[in-house]
Amino acid sequence: MFPKGTKRKFSDAGEEAVGGGGGDQGPSAASSSSSSAAAARQSLLDMSLIKLQLCHMLVEPNLCRSVLIANTVRQIQEEMTQDGTWQIMTQALAAAQCPADRLVATEVLCRQTDPAAQAGQSPKPFSEAEQDHLRADSRTGEQVFGTFEIKHPAPPPDPALDELFSDVDPSYYDLDTVLTGMQSAPKMGPYDLLESLSSHGPTALSSSSSCRSDLNELDHIMEIIVGS
Amino acid sequence: MNSANHKIRTSNLSRPGGDMQWCFSQVKGAIDDDVAEADIISTVEFNHTGELLATGDKGGRVVIFQQEIDNKNVPQFRSEYNVYSTFQSHEPEFDYLKSLEIEEKINKIRWLPQKNAAQFLLSTNDKTIKLWKISERDKRPEGYNLKEEDGRYRDPNTITALRVPVLIPMDLMVEASPRRVFANAHTYHINSISVNSDNETYLSADDLRVNLWNLEITDRSFNIVDIKPANMEELTEVITAAEFHPHQCNTFVYSSSKGTIRLCDMRVSALCDKHSKLFEEPENPSNRSFFSEIISSISDVKFSHNGRYMMTRDYLSVKIWDLNMESRPVETYQVHEYLRSKLCSLYENDCIFDKFECCWNGNDSVVMTGSYNNFFRMFDRGHRRDATLEASRENSKPLQVLKPRKVCTGGKRKKDEISVDSLDFNKKILHTAWHPQDNIIAVATTNNLYIFQDKVN
Repeated sequence: MFPKGTKRKFSDAGEEAVGGGGGDQGPSAASSSSSSAAAARQSLLDMSLIKLQLCHMLVEPNLCRSVLIANTVRQIQEEMTQDGTWQIMTQALAAAQCPADRLVATEVLCRQTDPAAQAGQSPKPFSEAEQDHLRADSRTGEQVFGTFEIKHPAPPPDPALDELFSDVDPSYYDLDTVLTGMQSAPKMGPYDLLESLSSHGPTALSSSSSCRSDLNELDHIMEIIVGS
Repeated sequence: MNSANHKIRTSNLSRPGGDMQWCFSQVKGAIDDDVAEADIISTVEFNHTGELLATGDKGGRVVIFQQEIDNKNVPQFRSEYNVYSTFQSHEPEFDYLKSLEIEEKINKIRWLPQKNAAQFLLSTNDKTIKLWKISERDKRPEGYNLKEEDGRYRDPNTITALRVPVLIPMDLMVEASPRRVFANAHTYHINSISVNSDNETYLSADDLRVNLWNLEITDRSFNIVDIKPANMEELTEVITAAEFHPHQCNTFVYSSSKGTIRLCDMRVSALCDKHSKLFEEPENPSNRSFFSEIISSISDVKFSHNGRYMMTRDYLSVKIWDLNMESRPVETYQVHEYLRSKLCSLYENDCIFDKFECCWNGNDSVVMTGSYNNFFRMFDRGHRRDATLEASRENSKPLQVLKPRKVCTGGKRKKDEISVDSLDFNKKILHTAWHPQDNIIAVATTNNLYIFQDKVN
């Protein structure tokens, strides 16, 4: 039931705190339970950010799952904003020097191989956990989601290509949309692009005809590769 | 559907003072524990008479089982099903524009009501819906005099008479052929299809849109629900399931990841973005946690056969709603409440995102859904009784009565009880189906299909 390497005691305490189990607690227990609740919340945030990132490593993320995890992160952020811990994180982030985005992403991934073990570890000193998140978060601390690696690099500025992909939603390459796992799909299939190219104005004709032949060639190459 | 025409055997469902009793009938699928990914069952569906039982798998195949006719009148053996037809419904595809592979996994199968000798079903993967015709051939023509023995055509000059061929019996051959392919209408992953009671249209739903199709027309579909926000960053809710009302051809419902169900009337407007009814239960504040939203996400919605109720399945419970009351469900059944304190671990290992389905029995008196450890649950609405049963090879002697299972939630574990921590979360029953006119059920474990029937005295 529990993943390997998990200390059952902590995760049980974490689950009760994070799970928001009801029941009154005496004043003596209050302070210790609130710090364990904070640590549990932190580890849940950690886990969720990892899940989101791993989500986007997949070729096509499960949209429902991405949305649910993203909503969970937002909830945690709201709560942390209310009790001031989020501001502490973002302020320290502004003070710290952020390494390059790609390095950050890799580091976050390499931090642990097993996210389950990560969540079950004994409570890290708060500053260490905080540090990780400072680096994971982007400079603009307002954003809920940190700067994670985009899996498709932005295309080179080629006028023919721009023409070809004029109908592709530019938010495909937008950092935030990728992070939230909601890549807008191009609205048309490859053959529709051909048709739309032919309907462009005379000024675009010269470039569009070259694009069309490129697209035909691409199709031809694809057919050979696929062997259809 | 006129329920008066259906003989529904419920006399054995429960006896006074006793529990429901179910017997093992058959199990289909590989025996070894090493599960081939392609063999994972992804959908199970009886046809409208219950004579045919279809399964779809991750490898894109559809297997149809047929009830053994000779046994139909022998109560103990009436649930014998044998393979009737197997075909490859969907193949993996590659979307060049997005550089993505489209999975061939069959997400849903829905049967059309039978109109002639052939059977028709709709099967769908993430992107494409197909209409399949399954027909029988048990005769072949013989006696042509236009060909030689070896099949070569004879010289027309040598033929002086025309012989009409006669039809002679042959071994039964079942053929499946794709009659329609409904493609290119869904940007996101299709989670539901539902045939309308008008038998002319059907709907298909993905994460953000619901489309209406005519069964005859493949190059056009109407978008009737669109919840995609202008800015995708604002997306917080997706569509999880949709279904047409069983009798009212203008009415359908769709459920969401936030635990709401919207009922829409297609007569009101072409785009049904404004619901006619919104079903939502207010949250219990004492149960509030970071996981509240995830466990409220509805994984399945099913109308009752009589069309007066609908059932929804969320992570921990099954709820029955009266279509006339939007404020809260009329009945709630806890499937595995003992998991509530384990939500963090289940979030960790992703089990919290498992999508369980649910189903009604023929006369809407009992509902069924799956759980973990190959357990499945039944709730008898009328008698307020519930049962936990297990689909396993250990309990698979012919006509063996299934022993009720119990999960121990704390304290001392009694004999035969299983503790929560011993449950196998890799053994999940997501798909179950109930014969529309009889007490025969089909329960899918990861790669096996179990068929059970009620105990006959």
